Amino acid sequence: MKNIYADHAASAPVHHEAAKAMMEAMENNIGNPSSIHHYGRKARMQLDQARQQLADSIGAAVDEIILTSGGTEADNLALVGYAKAHKDQGSHIITTQIEHHAVLHTCERLENQGFDVTYIPVNQYGQVSLEAVQEAITDKTILVSVMHGNNEVGTIQPIEEIADIAQANNVAFHTDAVQSYGLMPIDMKQTPVTLMSVSSHKINGPKGIGFLYAKKGTKLMPFLTGGEQEKKRRAGTENVAAAAGFAKAVEMAVEQREERAGFYQQLSDYFLKCLESEGVRFELNGAKEERLPHITNIFIPNISLESFLVQLDLAGIAASSGSACTAGSVEPSHVLSAMFNDPNRSASSLRFSFGQGNSFEEVEQIAKEIRTIVHRMNSG
Amino acid sequence: MVYLDNSATTLPWQEVLDTYQQAASAYFGNPSSLHRPGVEAETLLGKAREAAASILKVKSSEVIFTSGGTEGNNLAIKGTAVEHQNRGKHLITSAVEHPSALEAFAQLEAFGYEVTYLPVNKEGRIRPEDVENAVREDTTLVSIIHVNNETGTIQPIEEIGKRLAAYPKLYFHTDHVQGAAHVPLDLGKANVDLCTISAHKFHGLKGTGMLYIKDGTVLSPLFHGGGQEQKIRAGTENVPGIAAMAKALRLAREQHTKEAKRMYELQKYLLQELEKIDGAQVNTPQTGAAPHIVNVSFPGLKPEVIIQALTKRDIHVSTKSACSSKLNEPSHVIEAAGLGQERADSAIRISFSFETIKEEIEKLIDVFHEIIPEMKKVMGA
Ligand SMILES: Cc1ncc(COP(=O)(O)O)c(C=O)c1O
Ligand SMILES: Cc1ncc(COP(=O)(O)O)c(C=O)c1O
Repeated sequence: MKNIYADHAASAPVHHEAAKAMMEAMENNIGNPSSIHHYGRKARMQLDQARQQLADSIGAAVDEIILTSGGTEADNLALVGYAKAHKDQGSHIITTQIEHHAVLHTCERLENQGFDVTYIPVNQYGQVSLEAVQEAITDKTILVSVMHGNNEVGTIQPIEEIADIAQANNVAFHTDAVQSYGLMPIDMKQTPVTLMSVSSHKINGPKGIGFLYAKKGTKLMPFLTGGEQEKKRRAGTENVAAAAGFAKAVEMAVEQREERAGFYQQLSDYFLKCLESEGVRFELNGAKEERLPHITNIFIPNISLESFLVQLDLAGIAASSGSACTAGSVEPSHVLSAMFNDPNRSASSLRFSFGQGNSFEEVEQIAKEIRTIVHRMNSG
Repeated sequence: MVYLDNSATTLPWQEVLDTYQQAASAYFGNPSSLHRPGVEAETLLGKAREAAASILKVKSSEVIFTSGGTEGNNLAIKGTAVEHQNRGKHLITSAVEHPSALEAFAQLEAFGYEVTYLPVNKEGRIRPEDVENAVREDTTLVSIIHVNNETGTIQPIEEIGKRLAAYPKLYFHTDHVQGAAHVPLDLGKANVDLCTISAHKFHGLKGTGMLYIKDGTVLSPLFHGGGQEQKIRAGTENVPGIAAMAKALRLAREQHTKEAKRMYELQKYLLQELEKIDGAQVNTPQTGAAPHIVNVSFPGLKPEVIIQALTKRDIHVSTKSACSSKLNEPSHVIEAAGLGQERADSAIRISFSFETIKEEIEKLIDVFHEIIPEMKKVMGA
C-alpha cells in the first residue's frame, strides 16, 4: 500500500528545486547580508534577487516586500502593526468570522487592547457579502481584513471588490493570501490592496519563511525591533537560504500556475465524481465555483470525525479536519460553525487538499477507502 | 579565504545541512496535523526539543523555538514587560545590549515604561551591585547580555542571578546569543528565567533560535494564531531548521570541549601581536572576555577603509555588529565603556570560529603590519 498525502493545505512538501536552491545558498553563501565585506555583499545580492522574485510575482516593488518567519507572523504584523500605527485615526477593525486563527486570535488580542472588531458573518457557502463589508464601515474604521481563499473549505472571497470598497472609504485593506497565493493571480498594480500575507511552506517552499506585502508608504509599528533589516519593519538576521528556496518555489509556482491550478481542479472534480460513483453520501462544504482548486471539504453525515481520520491514516491516507493549527486536537471548526448553524456539520466534515505529487489513481483510492470506512462505521 | 566575522554569522556545518535536508524531505508534515506525516514531524520536533533541553540542562517544556535571536530578545523583553505591567512598569538593562534588545526597550519606553540603562566600566562590564541597587518595587524585568557581540566582554550573569534570587517576583533575562557556543552558561546556577539563543551563531541555520522560559514564567506572546509552542509562539514550526539547530548545538558543545583552550590561546596570541602594531588600541578586556572576539581600534583611521583593504586580501572582518555595520555610527558599546569617541569611531571586530587556525591570524597580523602604517601616513594620523 502506497501512502497518500492529501493535506497540502496544512503543509506542502518542499519541491526538490527549492530545496536545491536552499542547500546551494547554505553551502556557498554564508555571509550575513548586513555585513559590508564580500560575503555580506554576496548574501545581500542573493536576498535582493529573492525579494525581486517575490515582488514580481504580485506586481509589487521590492521595498514593498517584508520577509517574515511565515504566514502567522505576516498576519500579526499586518494587523497589530497597522492598528497600532494608526490608532490616532480610529480604533475600529473589520474582519470575518472565517479567518485563520492567525488573524482571529490577533483581533481578539487587539480587542483586549481597546480596539473594536466587527466579525462579518458568511453565508452557507462561506462567502462574505460586499454589502456587509460596506455597512460595517464607520468613520472610526481603519482596517478591513478579509482572507482571499479559506484554508478549511477553500471558498474564495471577492477581494478585488472588497479592496475597492475599502479604498473608496479611505480604509486600509489586508488580505491573508496564504492559501491562494501561487494559484490565484493577484496584481498589486490593479488591485488596491494595502497589506497581504503569504507563507512559503504552502507553495512547496521551506518552512519558516513568508512575506508581508505592504504598499509603499504604509506605516506599521514593527513587532521585532533591533537591527535595520527589512527597512526597520522587521529586525533579525535575514534567512537568506530560506529566501532563496522560497524564491525558487515562487518562480515555479508562477511559471506553472495555470497548469497546477488546472491539475488540482481536475483532481478535486474527479474526487467528487469518484465519491458519487462509490455511492458515498456526502455534501460539499464551501462554494462550488468560487473555490480554491486544491481544497475539497466534505460533510459525510453521521461519521465520527476523529475515528474516521484515524482509519484513513491507518490506510495510509493523510487528510485533516480543517486547520492543522488547532494543534493536535479536533475542535469544532469555527469556519463550518459560521457557515452552518449545525454542530453536526463540523463534527462530520473532512478536508482533502491536493498537491503536485497526487494522481488520479490516488484520488480514486481515497474515494474507495472512504466508502469502505463509511460502510464499516455504519455496520458497526 | 580567511573568514573572521563569525560573530555576525557562521558557516553551517555539513552535518547540520545533512540533518536539515533529511528532515525537509522525510519529515515534511505539519507537526500540528494528526495523521502520520504530521505525527512524524511532531515526533522529530519533540526529539529536537529534548536534545536541546538536555544539552542546556533544562526541561523540554522550557524550550520555545523562535525565528532567531532578535525574536527571542523581543519576545522575552516585551512579553514579560507587557504581561506584568499591572505589577509595575520599570525595567532594567545595560547600555551595551545588542540592538534587538535596546530597540525593544526603546519601543517599551514609547509605551510609557521606564527603563534604567546600567553603565559599564572600561572593560565594558556592569557591576552586579548596580543591578541590585537599581531594583525597585515596580521593577518586573532585568535583561543583561551575557557575552557582548562587539567586544566579547562577559557579564557576571551568575552573580547577578544570585543577587536577584532575593527578588522572586522579578524576571531575569539574558541574551546568550554570543555565549552559547563559546562560553556556555549554566542556566540553573545563573538563576535566569529567560535566555535567548540563535542558531546561526553556532553553525546552525539562519532563521532559527530558542528561548528558554523557566517553568512558571508567564509572558504574553508576540504572535497569535495556532496553538503551537504552548501558545507562546504561534506559527507553523520550522521542523527541519529546528532539527538542524539541535544538531548544531550538540556539535558546538563537543567542539567547545575540544577547542576552548586552543581558542583562548589563539585570542591571546592575537592580542599580543596587536600590541606591536603602532596605534592599535584593544577594546576587548584581557580577562573575562569570550575567546572568539577581539575588538581593536585604530584611532584616526576609518574602519571601512581597513575592512576594504583586508577584503582585497581575502580577509573578512567587520565593524561592530552586523546589523548596524552599514551605518557609520560610532559603537555604542565602546562609547559606553568610556573609551572615547575616537576609539568608538574606529573599531574593528575580529571573530573566530572553532575552525579558525593560527596561520589565518598570522596572515591578518602580517596584513595589518603592511597596511596600517601606510594608512596612517596618508591620514596624517
Ligand atoms: C489561511 C492561512 N493563514 C495563515 C496561516 C499561517 O501560516 P504559517 O503556517 O506560515 O504560520 C495558514 C497556515 O497555517 C493559513 O492556512
Ligand atoms: C548578542 C546578540 N543578540 C541578538 C542577536 C540577534 O540574533 P539574530 O541574528 O538571530 O536575530 C545577535 C546577532 O545578530 C547578537 O549578536
